[in-house]
Amino acid sequence: MTDSTTNEATPTSARGTGAAGASRTGVLRSLLRNRLAVCALGFLVLAAAAAVLAPLIAPHDPAHQDLLVRLRPPAWQSGGSAEHLLGTDQLGRDLLARVLYGTRVSLLVGAGAALLAGLVGTVVGLSSGYLGGWLDRVLMRLADVQLAFPAILLALAIVGFLGSGLWYVILVLGFTGWVAYARVVRSEVLSLRTRDFVTEARAIGVTDATIMRRHLLPNVLAPLATIGTLHVATAIVAEASLSYLGLGVPKETVTWGGMLSDGQLYLGTAWWVAVFPGVALMLTSLAINITGDALRDVADPKAYRR
Amino acid sequence: MTGTTVSPPSPAATEPPAAGDAKDAGRVARVLRQVALRLGTALLVLFCTATVAFFLVRLSGDPVKTLLPPDATAQQEESLRAGLGLDRSLLSQYLHYLGGLPRFDFGDSLFYNQPVRTVLADRLPATLELAAGALVLTLLIAVPAGIVAAMRRGRPTDRGVMATVLLGQSTPPFWVGILLILLFAVTFQVLPASGYGTLAHLVLPAVTLAVYSVAVVARLLRSSLIDVLSSDHIRSARARGLGPVKTVLRHGLRNASLPVVTVVGLEVGSLLGGAILTERVFSWPGVGQLTVEAIANRDFPLVQATVLLFAATFVVVNLLVDLSYSLLDPRVRSSR
Repeated sequence: MTDSTTNEATPTSARGTGAAGASRTGVLRSLLRNRLAVCALGFLVLAAAAAVLAPLIAPHDPAHQDLLVRLRPPAWQSGGSAEHLLGTDQLGRDLLARVLYGTRVSLLVGAGAALLAGLVGTVVGLSSGYLGGWLDRVLMRLADVQLAFPAILLALAIVGFLGSGLWYVILVLGFTGWVAYARVVRSEVLSLRTRDFVTEARAIGVTDATIMRRHLLPNVLAPLATIGTLHVATAIVAEASLSYLGLGVPKETVTWGGMLSDGQLYLGTAWWVAVFPGVALMLTSLAINITGDALRDVADPKAYRR
Repeated sequence: MTGTTVSPPSPAATEPPAAGDAKDAGRVARVLRQVALRLGTALLVLFCTATVAFFLVRLSGDPVKTLLPPDATAQQEESLRAGLGLDRSLLSQYLHYLGGLPRFDFGDSLFYNQPVRTVLADRLPATLELAAGALVLTLLIAVPAGIVAAMRRGRPTDRGVMATVLLGQSTPPFWVGILLILLFAVTFQVLPASGYGTLAHLVLPAVTLAVYSVAVVARLLRSSLIDVLSSDHIRSARARGLGPVKTVLRHGLRNASLPVVTVVGLEVGSLLGGAILTERVFSWPGVGQLTVEAIANRDFPLVQATVLLFAATFVVVNLLVDLSYSLLDPRVRSSR
């Protein structure tokens, strides 16, 4: 897939990671030329800011119930007020505050799961591809088995049986998402391991661990970044799905999935309870996917607009 | 399916090979070894899944506690535990469970008090109906969309298709479902929001489930067709005066479908996950809904069986995908 980029990076990365630094600014410049990707990145920065600053900018406590203002519509509809810009839910909780707080769980789970899966997948892919032999066969069979399990079902079963909680969800999504990373890293490593800079490093007695870390890892970072970005969106949607099914994060934590599940009950009378968290979820997932696609186009011009 | 791909050359394997058939026999042996390897891997996957499912559900504690009212006596607990066979050693339970699998005997559901097989058989038709509906929609929408986008690459039509595809891939199925309910059941009141039985009930769930697969198939078919359309045989077909549409349909589509079929096989996991969510949104009485209920009820045997059913679906679809290569691409047939 990314032959072209690895070819260019190879000569310098044999000596160090100088090329990675240079190409990174190039990547950034090409990304900025893609206007849609810039908008998506801007949205993600805003979302991250909302997650961090939620306690400061939220107009109300997201858990505060006020039964006197149940199911109030958003401010621009008749019956709405500036007090609750996006309206209130069935318990009179402020929807704007809840959507803002929901960003925290979504981004935390998305980033946490992608990092964990990336770590596991990279270690597996590097050792599988570079060391080969029985280890490779065992790890790849394991990947087959893992793939046969729908990730959401495995997550459901684990969370349902072992207990719910934010960290459980991150761990489960992290450990079920490693296969894509491992496969891509492995296939890259398979083509890299016979290159001169690797065989020469081995000839002068560099250890396997150092070769993997210093010479192979820098060359697989580009595809890793693309998969990682796209996986953040997958993990966010998976967390929302679990919370929607009532088997993810505990009910007291504000999540978009949980809000959607509540809101579905009031679709006939109060559309806003479900629509705002749904829009937030969709925009976030869309922005991440656009960014990931743009990264892939930049890192691998051959796969343009796949 | 296995039979059809292996059977044509098999007479050569059983009869004593004639003088010039030695090469043929070698090829048959190779094909048989391939098939055996594939089947072996499939069985291994299923065995691992069955084992993981068995031990996973047992890590969670005692289902007897959730089945009985909180004020039940210790004696009641004991007798129920013995009745369910949960008082035996873990190893003996495991062996008993494995022994039942080849006969499709998954034990009795703790919650429904019926054989798991009966409960599953009750719910399977609804899920199959949903899957069939989504499949038909996917083929009807994704294939033309992918072809049109590939033929009009870079033009507004293509951009429109690709933007829609991106939107479809980014939208979680339960959110699609809720939007559709809001639009067609609440606002226009033309379709039911939940329930099962008539074709009208099927429309919204099938569309919901199809959104993701339409996006995946359209996107892949487009990129795969673009690759194929730049190859020599397409150019020569065009040079012979064949129209653009006929060229794509007659010479492009078949070659382009190979990567699409592969990825669709690998996406079966996501599609099954989508089915679980879709069934939940529309209270569809299928296996997905049953799985969620079974997990919530700690219904050990039922969870084990549904997990195994999902894994088996994945394995079988991917076996069929592997076998379909030789139908779609003669090169695979001869070289392997």
